Amino acid sequence: MATLEIERVRKTYGNIDVLKEVSISVGDGDFLVLLGPSGCGKSTLLNMIAGLEDISSGEVRIGGEVVNDRSPKDRDIAMVFQSYALYPTMTVRQNIEFGMKIRGVPPAERAKATQAAAEMLQMGHLLDRRPSQLSGGQRQRVAMGRAVVREPKLFLFDEPLSNLDAKLRVDMRTEIKRLHQRLGTTIVYVTHDQIEAMTLATRIAVMKDGIVQHFGPPQEVYDRPANTYVARFVGSPAMNIVSATLHMGADGGAEATVSMPGGEARITGIPLSAATIKGYHGQKVLLGIRPEHFSLAAETGLPVLIDVVEPTGPDTLAVFTMSGTEVIARLEPFAAAAGDRVSLAVKADKVVVFDAATETRLD
Amino acid sequence: MATDRQPGRRSHMIGRVFIYGSLLGLAAFYLMPLWVMVATSLKSLDEIYAGSFIGVPEKVTFEAWVKAWGTACIGTKCDGLKPYFVNSLVMVIPAVVLSSGIGAINGYVLTKWRFKGANVVFGLLLFGCFLPFQAVLLPMAQILGWLGLAGTIPGLVLVHTVYGIAFTTLFFRNYFVTIPDELTKAAQIDGAGFFRIFFSIMLPAALPIIVVSCIWQFTQIWNDFLFGVSFTAGDSSPVTVALNNIVNVTMGRKQYNVDMASAMIAAIPTLVVYVVAGRYFVRGLTAGAVKG
Repeated sequence: MATLEIERVRKTYGNIDVLKEVSISVGDGDFLVLLGPSGCGKSTLLNMIAGLEDISSGEVRIGGEVVNDRSPKDRDIAMVFQSYALYPTMTVRQNIEFGMKIRGVPPAERAKATQAAAEMLQMGHLLDRRPSQLSGGQRQRVAMGRAVVREPKLFLFDEPLSNLDAKLRVDMRTEIKRLHQRLGTTIVYVTHDQIEAMTLATRIAVMKDGIVQHFGPPQEVYDRPANTYVARFVGSPAMNIVSATLHMGADGGAEATVSMPGGEARITGIPLSAATIKGYHGQKVLLGIRPEHFSLAAETGLPVLIDVVEPTGPDTLAVFTMSGTEVIARLEPFAAAAGDRVSLAVKADKVVVFDAATETRLD
Repeated sequence: MATDRQPGRRSHMIGRVFIYGSLLGLAAFYLMPLWVMVATSLKSLDEIYAGSFIGVPEKVTFEAWVKAWGTACIGTKCDGLKPYFVNSLVMVIPAVVLSSGIGAINGYVLTKWRFKGANVVFGLLLFGCFLPFQAVLLPMAQILGWLGLAGTIPGLVLVHTVYGIAFTTLFFRNYFVTIPDELTKAAQIDGAGFFRIFFSIMLPAALPIIVVSCIWQFTQIWNDFLFGVSFTAGDSSPVTVALNNIVNVTMGRKQYNVDMASAMIAAIPTLVVYVVAGRYFVRGLTAGAVKG
């Protein structure tokens, strides 16, 4: 159990900056998810926390202690890998006990710890099997068991679920969350799956090109993404980004004009500070609207021509055009059909405004 | 149904007969020299000179084998192949162990502890595989002289070890490259060091390639003639050199039966290695399952 502070950490290979000044800090018991596409540097960052890669500059502190120059075994961490990395020639029991054996834990204690981990992860019957005789989900459990017996300050997970099939992935996700609730240990978890990030994290760091784009609680990342990249990456279907013109309304509030097939339409009541409204009066901006923030309305809403509908069961995704961009709205089942002209209301207080050039959020 | 299946089964049978017939024919062709060797080695010299090489021995006698092993004359000594056979064993065992061991460590370092220029080092090592024996004879002789190992079995062990490293490194490097790096990382986090990871994780997983490396090295070193004849003399010669001396130096009638028996004796260890270790090789491959 420990805090984790990453301060101005950089990683360079020759002239290439893989990580450009990353600063993240999480408290004791937090579940930090590093989220981003492949090549964004999230796994590199995890390896640097683990001590498997050198830190070019900056500091990593675990429980307040600088660990930059400590070898992985002295950082009091445990790691679960994407390929599980179980030792192929050892049984499950030997796999779990290997680390304890090296640390000189007496056999009786080793057996006890293994038994406890096996019970917690329901894999007592697997202890004498070899990794090659296990299914993907079972291997995942063993890898977690190997990490748990260490009782580390920090758990590191490197895309642990991406080798599993969809159903198992959801089950194991719950399992990991349960593990976190039970042990309360600080976790750093790397994934490219935004749903995993949303469901598991207490803090998300969205990364791209070696830079943290947004660091915050999941709901904040979802509701108020720091830029259009984060807005598009988190959420499925993604947040709609449409261009609009911002005006100061008669009441001093923000109004955005979007172009619809039948002419221009206005969205009023967008939450923005007075200074921003003044500064951006009459300028082009980008609006971010989540699909679920559209709803069928009476005459007053946006006049929309539905292009395609995609029923998913719990709701229907309606595709239409807004300011020349394809937009998706999440509506009730059978709310609309292709070719319909409907009127859609927008939850204006949920609309996020981005600068048209820098694509960063305006407040 | 039964009548439908009949023609299919018949053509299947014909196919089988053809396949097995061809296989047997080819096997017989390949085994012919072996048959000649075995048959000749079991005949008495008089019978050989009286009849043909290929025929079945009229009277089976192991005299030639006994002579080849214990009393045949090589140079001025008449102790048979036995001391030279022992020489070969004393040479081949350390040479195989050393070259395979060093190759394993090389392969491990080149894949799991990569350093700057690792690929260049590996590329240069590969040159060793393409280097003809003849090219290293003179420099090697000079080095052995400096080391005071000229003409000795340890000298030959050194030569074979050095020459073998290129191949064994290639084997182990290409095998270890298929073992996920995450395994080494996991072991590092578990607290294992360089040798702990090597001995506890990499080597046990490498059983198939260890067998391959040992078979390859054993065959190469046991069958080597050129290094043996160049770097040893007299009593320290390996069995291949002694065999040459038996066969090519004769007084009086050429003793074909002893020649054949000697050749068989010299070939038996490699055969045994193939038969015994070949099974482990297959077993190792099927029990492997290194990856997820």
